[in-house]
Amino acid sequence: MSHWIALPIVLPAMLAAFIVLVARFHLTIQRVFNLAGTTALVALAAGLAWNASDGTITLYQMGDWAAPFGIVLVGDRLSTMMVLLTAVLAMCVLLYAIGSGWDKRGQHFHALFQFQLMGIMGAFLTGDLFNLFVFFEVLLIASYGLMIHGGGTKRLKAGTQYVLYNLLGSTLFLFALGALYAETGTLNMADLANRVAAIQSEGSAGIRVAAVLLILVFAIKAAIAPIHFWLPSSYAEAPGPVAALFAIMTKVGAYAIIRTYTMVFPPELEITQGLFDTWLMPLGLIGLVVGMVGVLGAKQLDRLVAFSVIGSMGMLTTAVSLFTETGITAALYYVVHSTLATAALFLIVDQVREQRGEAGLALTATKPIQSAALLSGMFFVAAIAMAGLPPLSGFVGKLLILNATYSSELVVWAWAVILGTSLIAVVGFGRAGSTVFWKARQVADTEEPSEDVPEQPKAPVLPFVAIGMLIALIVAHTVLAGPINRYLAATSAQLFAPQPYISEVLETPGKDLSNAHDKDYGDKKDDAHGVADEKEGH
Amino acid sequence: MSLLLIVALPFLGALLPGILNSAGRQACAGGTLAVTLTALIGLISNIPDLMAGEVITQRFEWLPALGLNVTLMLDPLGAFFAALILGIGTLIIIYGRYYLSRNDNMGEFFTYLLLFQGAMVGIVLSDNILLLLVFWELTSLSSFLLIGYWKHLPEGRQGARMALTVTGMGGLAMIGGMMILGQIAGSYDLSVILQNREAIQSSDLYVPALILILLGCFTKSAQFPFHFWLPHAMAAPTPVSAYLHSATMVKAGIFLMARMWPVLSGTPEWFYIVTTAGLITMVLGAVIALFKHDLKALLAFSTVSHLGLITMLLGTGTAFGVLTAVFHILNHATFKAALFMSAGIVDHEAHTRDIRRLGGLRHLMPITAAIATVAALSMAGIPLFNGFISKEMMLEETLETQLFGPHWLVPAIATFGALFSAAYSFRFIVHTFFGPKRDDYPGHPHDPNKGMWFSPALLVTLVVIIGVAPFLVEPLVKTVAGAVLGGVYAVPDYHLAIWHGFKPPLYMSMIAVAGGLILLAMHKGAQAAWDATPRPEAKTIFEGIIAFFAGLAEKITATLHDGAFTRYAAILSLTITALAGHAWMTGNSGGRVFEPQPMTEVALLGWVALVAATLFLVFKHRDRLVALILMGIIGTVVSVGFAYFSAPDLAMTQISVEVVTIILMLLALNFLPDVTPAESSAGHKLGNAVVAVLGGLGAAALTYHLLLGDFVQNSISEYHLANSYKGGGGTNVVNVILVDFRGFDTFGEIIVLGIAALVIYALTETLLNGPVRARLLNRVPDKPLAGDRHPTMMVVLTRIMMPVVLLVGVYIFLRGHNEPGGGFIAGLVVAIAVVMQYMASGFAWASDRQRYPYHGIIGAGVLAAGLTGIGAWFTGHEFLTSSFGYFRIPPMEKFELASAMGFDLGVFLAVVGAVMLSLESFSRLARRAHVPDSDYPMDIDPSREEETPNQEGAA
Repeated sequence: MSHWIALPIVLPAMLAAFIVLVARFHLTIQRVFNLAGTTALVALAAGLAWNASDGTITLYQMGDWAAPFGIVLVGDRLSTMMVLLTAVLAMCVLLYAIGSGWDKRGQHFHALFQFQLMGIMGAFLTGDLFNLFVFFEVLLIASYGLMIHGGGTKRLKAGTQYVLYNLLGSTLFLFALGALYAETGTLNMADLANRVAAIQSEGSAGIRVAAVLLILVFAIKAAIAPIHFWLPSSYAEAPGPVAALFAIMTKVGAYAIIRTYTMVFPPELEITQGLFDTWLMPLGLIGLVVGMVGVLGAKQLDRLVAFSVIGSMGMLTTAVSLFTETGITAALYYVVHSTLATAALFLIVDQVREQRGEAGLALTATKPIQSAALLSGMFFVAAIAMAGLPPLSGFVGKLLILNATYSSELVVWAWAVILGTSLIAVVGFGRAGSTVFWKARQVADTEEPSEDVPEQPKAPVLPFVAIGMLIALIVAHTVLAGPINRYLAATSAQLFAPQPYISEVLETPGKDLSNAHDKDYGDKKDDAHGVADEKEGH
Repeated sequence: MSLLLIVALPFLGALLPGILNSAGRQACAGGTLAVTLTALIGLISNIPDLMAGEVITQRFEWLPALGLNVTLMLDPLGAFFAALILGIGTLIIIYGRYYLSRNDNMGEFFTYLLLFQGAMVGIVLSDNILLLLVFWELTSLSSFLLIGYWKHLPEGRQGARMALTVTGMGGLAMIGGMMILGQIAGSYDLSVILQNREAIQSSDLYVPALILILLGCFTKSAQFPFHFWLPHAMAAPTPVSAYLHSATMVKAGIFLMARMWPVLSGTPEWFYIVTTAGLITMVLGAVIALFKHDLKALLAFSTVSHLGLITMLLGTGTAFGVLTAVFHILNHATFKAALFMSAGIVDHEAHTRDIRRLGGLRHLMPITAAIATVAALSMAGIPLFNGFISKEMMLEETLETQLFGPHWLVPAIATFGALFSAAYSFRFIVHTFFGPKRDDYPGHPHDPNKGMWFSPALLVTLVVIIGVAPFLVEPLVKTVAGAVLGGVYAVPDYHLAIWHGFKPPLYMSMIAVAGGLILLAMHKGAQAAWDATPRPEAKTIFEGIIAFFAGLAEKITATLHDGAFTRYAAILSLTITALAGHAWMTGNSGGRVFEPQPMTEVALLGWVALVAATLFLVFKHRDRLVALILMGIIGTVVSVGFAYFSAPDLAMTQISVEVVTIILMLLALNFLPDVTPAESSAGHKLGNAVVAVLGGLGAAALTYHLLLGDFVQNSISEYHLANSYKGGGGTNVVNVILVDFRGFDTFGEIIVLGIAALVIYALTETLLNGPVRARLLNRVPDKPLAGDRHPTMMVVLTRIMMPVVLLVGVYIFLRGHNEPGGGFIAGLVVAIAVVMQYMASGFAWASDRQRYPYHGIIGAGVLAAGLTGIGAWFTGHEFLTSSFGYFRIPPMEKFELASAMGFDLGVFLAVVGAVMLSLESFSRLARRAHVPDSDYPMDIDPSREEETPNQEGAA
């Protein structure tokens, strides 16, 4: 029995609890443990992904209970890939947070960070919908804590909206779970797949509503328009490294949609025809427009990046909404790209904020900042990636998505919106970048040269290393697009042939109860069922 | 040299200038030059194979699934352009070395230049159109950096953004066009696409593909109506203008039209769009150029005009047109680059490019004057210079071209354009170099050192050589033209020569030159007329459009995302209701198996209480205390409901959660005004009411529907009922589910609880360190405080109750596995016992006597639960696998020990810690500096002799 697959969840949980218990006053110890834990997670995730790369599906039955009665973790290509992506992202973000000193601007950063990782990892690995709800709660509350890390009136206000909106989402999740359970009597995803397929078209209304409610829950997490409103302020106001870590959070929603709507409600399922297959792509395209228009209209650099996240989630939704193998392959490629690019941008923007001082991130010209050449270069590269211009992964992803939508009925709309919004994004990023980085020179020229500027303290190196790592990953994602795409195509194929997954989950025996009678039951030898009934009767 | 290396060299070499920058300007430029020269030599090394009629290809897989591969191809057309790019690039680098001043960052400049060079070489050597798109957009991006190189100049930034926007737009359109083309041809490889002329031209998608691709070409090559960005790109340093905006980048559109010529040309759509655009551009550019005072602007519009000429030639769709186009590309590259460099020299030395402030420079800078004059005469189409020959050929081609009606229209327009072309060329020469010497030049003009005039001099030498002996380049031009024609037509049997006899083109040429001279003579009057004519200013329009859209975007975005949470929530609710409603309507709502149960009095009572409390809450929610009480009622009814439906565990949990929550909320109310201010208008309220009622009705309908239906198969809870004792060792199924069947969920939930407490703590810390602290200290409570802060009665009572409650907690905890109870409820009960002490004797007193920090208790709880789970690993089982056994220690009765108890202990600790940490945090907020902490458990103590502590807190 190998426990590796449980470790990405158990390890951060234990580590965070340990930090809270013994190291809550010792920043250095927290840093060391957090770094060590995150490094271990990267190694662990790489191992899991390697293990799943040949198509192996790893099942882990919590408490040795067989599915669907207990909770299972399932590692397949998709879930391990997402775990690996999360771990790598976390590593970069953590280095940045330590390097920039963000982690000491409030309490419990490192514990919350590990709890956050636990929540995300759990959401990717679980094979049970209710357990997914639990992990959604974990990552929501941890992310709220991280979001308001460091305080400040605007941040707290944005945080309140963030947590309130997502609590509405959690409530909706409970509705959806209730409806699903009432219809099927189970919450294990593989079991749901079998049972939903058995539902007759007479009386399909209930399961149809359940399917829609569930996808809406995930759509809130994925910030799909028009239920994206929680995102702009919370991402803009969150501390830079936290916003960067949140790059993976919207992907949790996308992941859940991909997972659930290829297995439980697959596209060919009769009783859910005419639902998300009709309206999800238009919503994705609307999101793309809303996001990129926001990029053009943003007055702050951090809000600009936040809106570009909405745009990229719209793009991702468009690809996902095809529910075809090529569509999901393109979507998965874009997931990785978008995560890395978003994180890089947020970190870069945070450096700009650090260096511009009181001017903050308003899109107005100020005095030139320190390390402007390096920073503007990084911004340029990350903006290219985000706007989907060549030669970086955003462009490759865009081509993949354009190619995948070719078979859709809405292809003209999709292409027009994707290409049109790209232009808007280019203009938006171009205006912002030239104001922040170039116009600054003009301001400098018009100022009195005699004014002696005190030597600023040298900017720390570690944040730039972290950003550099993310950019290097974007480049690698571009250069290795061929092999990566092959892998993702295999991942996608695995999703559209879920039978091995379902069999693995449902046919693996759990705890052996046949010899349970050998134990000494004391006086209570009668049927457990009867006992329970009897007790309740009292 | 391998093609990949030729393309990659400039990109790799782009690192070099940055590194060498600190080694001095000479090293920096030298390194750049070496890179370009190496690439050029590499290119030349492939010429012999090319001459043998081979097409050199190289292929690497990049993203084969998409058809995006690094497929490179060197044919005569590609080699011709690559040689232009690298050859002129070499000259530009030499020139740029001397042009840039010491204040300019040379490393940055050459880095961008090499990036651009690599992208250009990539375009012309790509055999894969997706790869070509990559390089295409890269030229836009690198030219953005080059145009904006002088970051302090607003014109530079605006010009850079305009160029990026326009060419970027074209590039995006081209992505669409190329992908359509690829889908039709079934491959993105040019070599395959070029074989599919019939399939493509007969496809329904031919026209959209053509238009999208032409959009890309026209924007890049500054064809009407996208010509306006090019003059503004002249804000770039002159080497950039000479390189990008005369010789290379603007020719990328031309190149692509030539490249795609075999598959796209020859249709009426192609002919009308391309020829018309070219013709208009040619004339428009020439006319505007005459009236520009800025030397570079004049040259920019002349470039626009010449690009139009080439475009028109490609549009005609004849083999002769192609031949002429290729020849003119060569000629234009030589004389225009030389002209730009001359203009740069003038600017560099005289410190102005304004033609009105120049004149007479031939006395001061004779070498420059000679170079510029030769180049400009070629541009004007004077014999013995290369421009003459290709212009002749162009005029000849127009005679064969019939567009929109009369056959004389195209030749007449072309002659008209040529006339203006001659005029501005003459003006460039005469107004800059001729005339009397002036004494008011901003600088001290003199000929530059030879490093600066070497490059243009070399180019004008070529101008003269080709002009005098055109047969020297005839094989080259014909081979390249053959590559463009791609076998659709044969290369025409035509000899490049100066003299073709007295034929119409010669007369047209003579008219043009003579007219040009006349126009120059009348320039003053013409200029006045031109200045008096109102014209649309492209830059103003463009900036206006962008500003309009940016403003609109800002407005839309700001309005939509203004932070009004009510609206956000309303949109969410409506979206959910609408989409769920849609799913309901389109589904089948039959198939119900149960009948509704008869209504009992108890149920009715509960229902009425619930509805009444909720309704009351809707109307009374602004009175916060009342709202809290009403919520308490709702919670109680829910608890009773659980009990009524035989769920004692849930009922107990619910009731203890209610108690704790209400206490927490009461503490929070302490900091809030008693009444929420009314903020919504009646209209808002009505709208919100509609949204809420819709959502509520929807939820009710769904619940009703679901309650009457049955599971599609037996629910999993039957298994839990059957196996909780056998497999989990407990008769309380709820508890066994919580700690065993689905212990992992519980593990997650206690962590949620723990995190919540940590967040509350962190939040409190932040608040206490921020401005909120002052507000808290100075707040005036709405109501007078009670006089007795720590009443004796309460202190005594809570002390007595403490052990009792703790005992109850332990009891509930221990019985949990088999009877209603468990760690969660026990935790809440114990927490309540401790909370009572805080309430009775105050924060400071109670926390002084609390030995274990609550953080630690939370951490310990999570660790205990986790370690219990991990414990199973050592027996070779999964996380959280339980085991249990029955033991007997005399004189006690037989009892059960289950590993799940360890887990439940973790739950217990986490709950206690979380609740207490939250309460403690709230209390910390409530502490007020001017009310000293009491050392005593209660304010009045009969046994104490000293004075009672002061009671300033009492109002």
